Amino acid sequence: MVMTATRPESSGAVRPTLVDGDIHTTFASSAIAKKYLATRWHEYYDQYGKFGYQGFTYPKDTPNAARHDAFPPEGGPPGSSLPFLREQLLDEWGIDLAINNPLTHSQLNRNPGFSEALCQAINDWQLAEWTEPEPRVKASITVPAEYGEAAAREIDRLGPNPNYVQVLMSIRTVEPLGRPKYWPIYEAAERHGLPIGIHFGGHGGHPITGTGAPSYYFEYHSGMSQSFQSQVISFIYEGVFERFPNLKMVMIEGGFAWLPPLAWRLDSHWKRLRRDLPHLTRLPSEVIHDHIWLTTQPMEEPDRPEHFVELLEQGNLYDRLMFATDYPHWDFDAPSDALPKIKLPDGFEQKLFFENALGFYRLPDVYQRPVTSR
Amino acid sequence: MARYVVGTVDDIPPGGRKIVEIGGRTVGVFNVNGEYFAVLNRCPHQGGSLCSGRQSGLVQSNRPGEYSFSRSGEIVRCPWHGWEFDLRTGQSWFDPRAVRVRRYDVSVEPGSVLVTELDDLAPPPAEPGTSPAEVAAQGCGTPDPAMGGRAKGPYVAETFPVVVEQQYVIVDTGRRG
Amino acid sequence: MTTQRVIDADVHCTVPNARALFPYLSEYWIETIEQTGFNGATDNYYPNGSALSARPGSVPESGPAGSNLDLLRSQVLDAQNVELAILNCAYAVDGVKNPYGAAAMASAANDWISAEWLEKEPRLRASIVVPSHYPDLAVKEIDRVGGHPGFVQVFLPGRSERPYGNRRYFPIFEAIVRHDLVAGIQFGGAPGVPPTASGWPTYYAEEAVGMSHVFQTQLTSLIAEGTFAEFPDLRVTMVEGGWTWLPSLMWRMDKNWKALRREIPWTTMAPSDYIREHVRFTTQPVDAPANPKHLRQIVDQLGSDDLLMYSTDYPHWHAEEPESILSIALSEERIQKIMSENARAWYRLT
Repeated sequence: MVMTATRPESSGAVRPTLVDGDIHTTFASSAIAKKYLATRWHEYYDQYGKFGYQGFTYPKDTPNAARHDAFPPEGGPPGSSLPFLREQLLDEWGIDLAINNPLTHSQLNRNPGFSEALCQAINDWQLAEWTEPEPRVKASITVPAEYGEAAAREIDRLGPNPNYVQVLMSIRTVEPLGRPKYWPIYEAAERHGLPIGIHFGGHGGHPITGTGAPSYYFEYHSGMSQSFQSQVISFIYEGVFERFPNLKMVMIEGGFAWLPPLAWRLDSHWKRLRRDLPHLTRLPSEVIHDHIWLTTQPMEEPDRPEHFVELLEQGNLYDRLMFATDYPHWDFDAPSDALPKIKLPDGFEQKLFFENALGFYRLPDVYQRPVTSR
Repeated sequence: MARYVVGTVDDIPPGGRKIVEIGGRTVGVFNVNGEYFAVLNRCPHQGGSLCSGRQSGLVQSNRPGEYSFSRSGEIVRCPWHGWEFDLRTGQSWFDPRAVRVRRYDVSVEPGSVLVTELDDLAPPPAEPGTSPAEVAAQGCGTPDPAMGGRAKGPYVAETFPVVVEQQYVIVDTGRRG
Repeated sequence: MTTQRVIDADVHCTVPNARALFPYLSEYWIETIEQTGFNGATDNYYPNGSALSARPGSVPESGPAGSNLDLLRSQVLDAQNVELAILNCAYAVDGVKNPYGAAAMASAANDWISAEWLEKEPRLRASIVVPSHYPDLAVKEIDRVGGHPGFVQVFLPGRSERPYGNRRYFPIFEAIVRHDLVAGIQFGGAPGVPPTASGWPTYYAEEAVGMSHVFQTQLTSLIAEGTFAEFPDLRVTMVEGGWTWLPSLMWRMDKNWKALRREIPWTTMAPSDYIREHVRFTTQPVDAPANPKHLRQIVDQLGSDDLLMYSTDYPHWHAEEPESILSIALSEERIQKIMSENARAWYRLT
């Protein structure tokens, strides 16, 4: 299929045809961060930054884990320049809406007060410097995920603002995400009608696999899908969606081929272990289908393209996948070339590129496209 | 299809590179220790700008902990997904037979030769705007079998004049990798 | 089934208690068990009473499921006309932190397996129990019993302190290859590290299901760390971890290898090719999709008919019966490979 890169040339009401489910903007400098960070934390920020977990360094093959060509010409890290974001991503590909997921990984901050303050700063900065000047970019509410009450407060503060389209958390946490300490976050999100996006990365202070610390970034990156699997297991067997029946989640940047076999395994084991899980009333694969969406990046690349179509069918994924570029990271998916070169089922690309996202995020299907300088 | 002047040798010194538009293609021209290489600037994976990527050496190994490093600068890695391509052959590292990028022959020629050929090749212009120097600023001519397949008419030198004293880097898009 | 050849690549025997190992322990360790509260390996990958641990009818009158040879015969070996079965003893010595206690209990378990199972039942071959968390002591035990023709594999618990590709485990694989054994990475493990990247789940059910992602980590590690480059003759079986997740893992690793190969340059071919050459999978639990067509797709997506080896996983009880693997409607030849010939070749069984 071909995604024509349309360059917006005039304003007017348009129907979005390309939604990017995952982009990452970042502070151009610590001075910008401090513009939004409460003064009380400035000295702490300068001295400690993210006081996280040491001993787990996996250099990400490229500086900032970014595409080598994504450094803005004016300086600053990839994702820090709005003009360059427009040029290299939004206008280049004709992206109508992009979901911004700043990677605070708030749980990397072991200081609860700082964690909360940084999230507030990130959230205010998103609005002021990205979403307000550029309506194509939608914001996410980053939260201090390890401190449920503080996280709920932040969701209550910003939930009513439609510029924020989801609550953002990370896939590696201090406890499995189905556990009660995280329930206040789900309660607040559900109450505001907000979905929760759970993104690749983060750290809970544990080795990054269920069998100790690996040695290589290859394992870190490939192994992220195992983290997604363990969290889905936790959501399902803890009954999070029984408890919060209107809650929806999207697994971001984990790929998606791991989900169908996991769903089968969850079903099989639930059949045997139902007695141990009396709070579960439905087949896990049905719960997954009702509550869990996924972004496609990094796009699955079976050797044989027909296996891609089989995968979609195995997981009943047509209505559950949302396209994402993951700009500016190196494992970026290009809208024009990320899908396999095979005839895909009728209607699938529309769902993938915009319909599923418009529905999931409850975005208007008509919006004002801005004038650009091109 | 044609040979294109892409710059002077000073434009692309050792360790340098230049990305040019020639004949409807984007091509990256590299100087690795004085040798020139040219490959199509489009990664066969998802279409990324291959020639904007890092140049690295070739790392090989037979067992864990062993690193055999050679050919510094001769591998270009796509800036998107890091696929490694050999600048000499255009072949990918991981599947040299099936996954490759088009490569082009590169040569260096002195301005004196190019200028002479410009004069020899072009018949006296019948109409204004078709003198050798003027045509030199336009697109390439069509291949002429009588000239051994080389395009009739001057080389395309898009943005600069050819002067006798300089050395020029020429990319031949007619000879494929 | 009765006309088919059957090799069962995974049945279990269970050490009933530490006392059962007294005939094979030194006086020091017997006294330690009797007087100090040390009770050998007490971690249990299969909690008593969990529905997964014992299928109905498999618990003998005395002792836990899997501790009775007669029941193994009547319920599996005779019932399914099994030619040969691989006996895996999930005796959790990896949970014993005292290195010499762990080693002593492992040795005793192997002597018990040999005397009480292998010598009494010629259809059995077994895995060697080792203190895998102390690689040099594990090598000692492999060298001690590896020459015994009844032992064909070394039991490595699925969860370990570091993933098994880590070079600290190289001596174990060296000994495995030297004795022409198979490395059998198996459901379970008590390494003392959390079972997920996000800590400890609430329910056993989560840990049990989560073993599949742990197996994925182990495979990724073996490839990334170059274990197959270091030991080109190494054979690995993934026992009781499922396998329907394998195509998705192969796709992900192959994709990442193309991008990140420079970091692990000893990985000279695609990860999926290493897996097809060096790794096999027992079939139970099948974790089958509701639609049998999808299971058939997965089998085809593996890209090789050599990978699957039929197993009952006796006495463990899963949602699908072991024989459900036969419902996939493959050719007779492909079925026979799964039912016996892949295991016969892999374990060099005559």
